[in-house]
Amino acid sequence: MRRGLLAGIVLTLAAAFLIAAPFAFKPYGIFILSMWAVMTIAAIGLNLTLGYAGQISLAQAAFVGIGAYITAYLTTRGWPFWITYVFGAVACFAIGWLLGYPALRVQHHYLAFVTLAFNTLVYLVFRNEEWVTGGIYGISNVPRPHVLGWPTNGPREFYYFCLAHLALISLASWWVIRSPWGRAFMALRENPVRALSLGVDTRRYTLMAFALGAGLGGIAGALYAPLVQFVDPTPFALGLSLNLLLMVVVGGSGYFFGPFLGAIVAVLLPEWLRFTEGFYLMGYALLVIILMAFRPTGLLGLADRLLKPRSKPAAKVAAATPDAAMQTEAAR
Amino acid sequence: MKPVLAVRDLKKSFGGIVALDGVSFEVREGEILGIIGPNGSGKSTLFNCILGQLRPSAGDVHLDGRPVTGMRACDLNRLGVSRTFQLLQVFPQLTARENLILAGQEHRGSMLSRLIGRRDTGLSDEANRMLAFFRLDHLADEPAGALSYGQQKLLDAAMAFMAGPRLALLDEPAGGVNLTMLASLRDQLKAINNERGSTFVVIEHNMEFVMALCHRMLVLAEGRVIAQGDPAQVRRDPKVIEAYLGH
Amino acid sequence: MADILQLLVAGLATGAIYALVAIGFTLLWQTSQTINFAQGEFVMLPAFFVLIAMSYFGLSFWPAVAVGTLVSIIVLGALFKRLVVDPMIRHGVLPLVIATIGLAILMKEAVREFYGADAQPFPPLAADINVTILGVAFAMQSLVVLAIGIAAVVALQLFLNRTRTGRCMQATAQNPTAARLLGIPVERMILYTFLINGALVALASILITPIYLAKFTNGEWLGLYAFIAAIVGGFNQVRGAIAGGLLLGVVDNFAAAYLSSQYRMALPLLILIVVILFRPQGLLGRIEERTV
Repeated sequence: MRRGLLAGIVLTLAAAFLIAAPFAFKPYGIFILSMWAVMTIAAIGLNLTLGYAGQISLAQAAFVGIGAYITAYLTTRGWPFWITYVFGAVACFAIGWLLGYPALRVQHHYLAFVTLAFNTLVYLVFRNEEWVTGGIYGISNVPRPHVLGWPTNGPREFYYFCLAHLALISLASWWVIRSPWGRAFMALRENPVRALSLGVDTRRYTLMAFALGAGLGGIAGALYAPLVQFVDPTPFALGLSLNLLLMVVVGGSGYFFGPFLGAIVAVLLPEWLRFTEGFYLMGYALLVIILMAFRPTGLLGLADRLLKPRSKPAAKVAAATPDAAMQTEAAR
Repeated sequence: MKPVLAVRDLKKSFGGIVALDGVSFEVREGEILGIIGPNGSGKSTLFNCILGQLRPSAGDVHLDGRPVTGMRACDLNRLGVSRTFQLLQVFPQLTARENLILAGQEHRGSMLSRLIGRRDTGLSDEANRMLAFFRLDHLADEPAGALSYGQQKLLDAAMAFMAGPRLALLDEPAGGVNLTMLASLRDQLKAINNERGSTFVVIEHNMEFVMALCHRMLVLAEGRVIAQGDPAQVRRDPKVIEAYLGH
Repeated sequence: MADILQLLVAGLATGAIYALVAIGFTLLWQTSQTINFAQGEFVMLPAFFVLIAMSYFGLSFWPAVAVGTLVSIIVLGALFKRLVVDPMIRHGVLPLVIATIGLAILMKEAVREFYGADAQPFPPLAADINVTILGVAFAMQSLVVLAIGIAAVVALQLFLNRTRTGRCMQATAQNPTAARLLGIPVERMILYTFLINGALVALASILITPIYLAKFTNGEWLGLYAFIAAIVGGFNQVRGAIAGGLLLGVVDNFAAAYLSSQYRMALPLLILIVVILFRPQGLLGRIEERTV
């Protein structure tokens, strides 16, 4: 139970920090924390698709972008935030579902390239369709929403808004992962042939994994727009997809808190190490390479290994059973 | 009485290699049919073609008189057909109980109910019963990967029965299982057959196991059925002896 | 008509460069299941080796090219294999992909940090003049690049098909286990493919950088074109990479001239998607028998 206790302590401290942080940080620091929360939501989505369901996607940035542009476009034209938010999530869910179809035909590296191409195409649309996206000039002055009449214009207020979303999304994704859906996703990831033979409709679950991941990306985008209050194509290029992928894998693919950790490493660290600029990025890249060589299960995989209770080897478990006791007797 | 399973003239080729060359047989309800044959005779390919892992090149498969050729494995499973694989395929990261719940969950409710309903889709009791039946209940909360090979084999078989199938196709269930467990496995399979009236088709290499278990046997060699009948008959059939000795 | 010929030749010239990069990419995948997401940066970097050799070590162009190529072969070939791929390959394809993504970032930032963010001019191999053939004016650059590209590809094909080592490499690419049983030193063959890739990317770098200038961001789109060329052509055949590269160069050039320049990239991307979905083995590839 040592692990559970440790996890509980870490989580409580983290939660306390997150709630108290805005009082200790300057506006820019609070902004970065809000960005961390938003990126974590996007990474949670990708973790669902990749970590739990085993489907590689390099298209997550496109969904963040779609969500961001929908919200930016509509709120700057007077629509209330909540409608645009739902719009964005549903649109991304639907497009993500469609993107799942290629995943039914190809796997692994081919799927990576299809999603990569999709992301780049979406980026081109963002950049070129000026009449809706404003092209390279983007959409500015994106307003911040009102929550039940309370404005969220200030950095602190908007931060809590993002944090609340992160909490809700975390709960929701926790629920999904623990549900039979989560079990089916894992079966899909580990052994699709066996899963099929047990009645798991791998086709539907694959599409659902993409749709859910994309929907969460859209929600992250819907929060990104009022956070930065300016939306242009550059953030949603392939680079962000790759970065989100790194976040998920570095944090620990398939671990619930992987995205949180990965986003800390990818979003918060560069800011805290700002003075080193390029060197920070090089250090991050080196960390990724070394991590992949020694512990491809990511930072949480590393923690898991370090904190593992004495794992009972198969022989011990087997020896503890009466049948096996007879069997070892008979073998002598 | 329509046979539970009717296979007609099933053929399967891989490029130039003919794995199945017109296999036909029927399985009646409540029967335990054993399929034996030397290595490479096409037994596993036969299962794969019946159960949707492979698409047959020709021929058809009927379940209760209803054509199911080339149907997806998950749809077939939901019609009441389950299988085990020659290679052990439990999910090592899930606990033993979770493996069983997974095996049954897609047969209950809808996609939506599986999302918002109970975590175990109401299958915990059933899973516990199944674990007890196979004498694995003390391992219920262990990750399946920590079990011994023989125990995993039993779990694998248990998974095939979770959804209460009409027809279970078992691919070498005795493979790698030690002698003591073998006897109990045979008894357990017979018990399920008696209690539920389930129909089995069993591929096996272990002659004693399959002879003692099955009501009827079928011998495959080079993709063709060379003999059918009750175990004693088949054992004495000269064609069968030749097929085995010839290899 | 003259326009079309010019576009064709120019397209074939850049296509030849893409082909070189795609060949290297394909070879790495075939022999060691390495998907090098940093291949674009591999093409970006050697130009900087040459520039450094010229400006800091005072070498003139051709010696600098020789040095740059050598460094490329050692660092991007041997060291890459030893330090990055070898420790990783036992973990499967995805960790290696992630590691190469990390490597791409590392290379990009290192160039930006240590050399500078501005685009640097790079000496062209041929004078900026036009040559008239059959009444049509072609850029000397294009012709030279095309000639060198073709020569390199032909040389590589001769090596792979006519020499013993080359045939051993092909055997390793098709079936490493069988190759091992035949007594082929598989490890060494794999090392050779990495060294060849190092040479190919260096050559591609020298050919393409004069056109696009040396900039640390070059790898982003170069990599993308390499992937598209390799996959569209056929991911498990060197011939496929050649065909894919040439096709891509020509398509890209024509698209830029006749379609909107804004959506220039869209055509190769759409072709990629269509090919992956409907003919994943590419135009010339065989259906992949080996499981990932």
